[in-house]
Amino acid sequence: MILSVLHTTTYRYETPVRGVVQSHRLTPSVFDGQKTLRWKVEVEGGLAGGAFRDGAGDWIQSHSVHGPVSEITVRVSGDVETFDLAGVLRGHRESVPPEAYLRESAFTRADAALVELGRAAVDGVRDALDAAHRMSAAVAEAIAYQPGATQSQTSAAEAMSQGQGVCQDHAHALISAARSQGLPARYVSGYLLATEGEGPHEAAHAWAEIWIKGLGWIGFDPANSCCPDDRFIRLGSGYDAQDAAPIRGIARGPGSESLDVTVAIQAVQQ
Amino acid sequence: MVPTYFNEMYHDGSARPPYRHLENWTADMPAELRSLKQAEAEALFRRIGITFAVYGEGGDPDRLIPFDMFPRVFTNAEWTKMERGIKQRARALNAFLVDIYGRGEIVRSGRIPARLVYQNEAYEKAVAGFVPPRGVYSHIVGIDIVRTGPEDFFVLEDNCRTPSGVSYMLENREIMMRMFPALFRENRIQPVDRYPELLRRTLASVAPAKCNSEPTVVILTPGHFNSAYYEHSFLADLMGVELVEGQDLFVEGEFVWMRTTEGPKKVDVIYRRIDDAYIDPLCFRPDSMLGVPGLMDVYRSGGVSICSAPGAGVADDKAIYTFVPEMIRFYLGETPILQNVPTWQCGKSDDLKYVLDHLGELVVKEVHGSGGYGMLVGPKSSKDQIASFAERVRADPGNYIAQPTLALSTVPTFVNEGIAPRHVDLRPYCLVGERVELVPGGLTRVALTEGSLVVNSSQGGGVKDTWVLAE
Repeated sequence: MILSVLHTTTYRYETPVRGVVQSHRLTPSVFDGQKTLRWKVEVEGGLAGGAFRDGAGDWIQSHSVHGPVSEITVRVSGDVETFDLAGVLRGHRESVPPEAYLRESAFTRADAALVELGRAAVDGVRDALDAAHRMSAAVAEAIAYQPGATQSQTSAAEAMSQGQGVCQDHAHALISAARSQGLPARYVSGYLLATEGEGPHEAAHAWAEIWIKGLGWIGFDPANSCCPDDRFIRLGSGYDAQDAAPIRGIARGPGSESLDVTVAIQAVQQ
Repeated sequence: MVPTYFNEMYHDGSARPPYRHLENWTADMPAELRSLKQAEAEALFRRIGITFAVYGEGGDPDRLIPFDMFPRVFTNAEWTKMERGIKQRARALNAFLVDIYGRGEIVRSGRIPARLVYQNEAYEKAVAGFVPPRGVYSHIVGIDIVRTGPEDFFVLEDNCRTPSGVSYMLENREIMMRMFPALFRENRIQPVDRYPELLRRTLASVAPAKCNSEPTVVILTPGHFNSAYYEHSFLADLMGVELVEGQDLFVEGEFVWMRTTEGPKKVDVIYRRIDDAYIDPLCFRPDSMLGVPGLMDVYRSGGVSICSAPGAGVADDKAIYTFVPEMIRFYLGETPILQNVPTWQCGKSDDLKYVLDHLGELVVKEVHGSGGYGMLVGPKSSKDQIASFAERVRADPGNYIAQPTLALSTVPTFVNEGIAPRHVDLRPYCLVGERVELVPGGLTRVALTEGSLVVNSSQGGGVKDTWVLAE
């Protein structure tokens, strides 16, 4: 399938700021499941900084904007041809070893409930892949999809006790449960094509990857009870949402900022 | 059993050769003159404002660390061997860092458990796959050494991040030369004052790929409230480079810039005295106000060098320490010149059992601890202290290592009653860039309390000038 992406993020500053620096993880990953046909990341009035592929295989590019400026827009557009690999991250080059993803982060620290969820999924199951599927299903059951119930700073444990959340919370909870059972797990940010009548969708999406010995990294999307297929575009990964954020930025100056995000993903008719 | 300690001055009934001149020096010095000199030294230290706690030990930042005028002396032969051992260790530690952020051969070969490396808190995923200029992660390696006999030197720990205390090495010498010029005529003492220039050269030698002119070096400090701020400004001054805080730097385009009165100036090498977690809010802690947003992207794309490199701390962890001799054999194919202290890992069940059975004889430390806090010195502890420490170890064994209580050597030290032996250690500072080098000397710390083996300034430690004699 060919997916067309248009993703714009506009930052408005109450009082003009002296400058803005952003670090972007906004370029599709290179692996067998996707082929980038056309891709552009534009920052109005921005100066492109150094770019590189990091140890996790993500393309990182920074942009800086010289102030005074009161509004900037990051515009991502492109087409990606996608293939259904049933969640397997095949042909992805990276140098961070899976063991590094056993480390806890503030958002994914497991509490008793998450450890129990993980343990129950592993219990009596010999195959790690089966266990991961069961964990993903258990997370979907434990945390009902409810936009607005959580914030960007909500931890996995908090979302669990609340029983409600969005894709970020699902991913955090799954990562937390998997790590508690010794399975390396990480947060993935990307895009998802919304299809009708198939439950909740967020175009700017997030899911989890779990390392299965012999298979490598496998994606799991508890929110949609599936493994990533050709409706998904993968951008990058990290220990948690903060670490894997597509855009991390800071403005130099006082005052508050407001954010406006629109994401449109469409299947291109062939 | 009363342990016997190696007295570095008096051994087998007479003064060892390097200390011979000092015998007359103290004999000729009346008590009044001594206390006068001691007061003078203290006044000098106060005047220059060097009052910070060494090694980030916290405590009262305005407290003066006691300076003991009695120098510690090494022969050239002793130093030469130590120097070779230090350089060897610094090379191996850097090879290890390049390896674990690259292919991880030492882990793949089963020599070091993956867990200790990749789940280490100091491991930084953000630098995986990156080789810094000249393959150097740790540019200033502080290696803590203790001596237990004429030929017995042991490495107590490695410091690969931003070891502090070098300003004491320089100031101790400066003050000794000012107060006792005659001593420096009678003894052929190798100078240490080249250190700032060597440090500047080392930093300049690791300028990034995109730097094509004389590199601009800066020292990045967390600010004047930091306990080692004096050292930061002292070194900047002696090297002739700018001392900056995070807010003085900014990222624009592919580079890091420093605000100056003549407009922005490109910065090529940053000697940072800020912990990894705080250097870039876009990569690490987002709430950090001390760092430079976007710094890591510039670093990774070859626009600036950061010294020490983020992630260098994996190599100086106390659990990794056990494997340094193995690193020397693995990467350099050499036999370790300096010995490690035998270490038990409480995370291993056999070791744990041994440690718990022998707490009264051992020194037990936290894996990530520093500054003499959170440690147990078995022979100096009460039954209750030992029992409560045992509980802590049982609760989290992996967090503790244990070592035998070392018979640290002593050096004569001025005390209220006159001159008496006190236990010492040594921290030399090895510079790693285009070359691996160090000045002949280091910082000698001395436990001023009689019988104490803890030299940390937070626990009543002082400092001494350290001499290496010319041949």
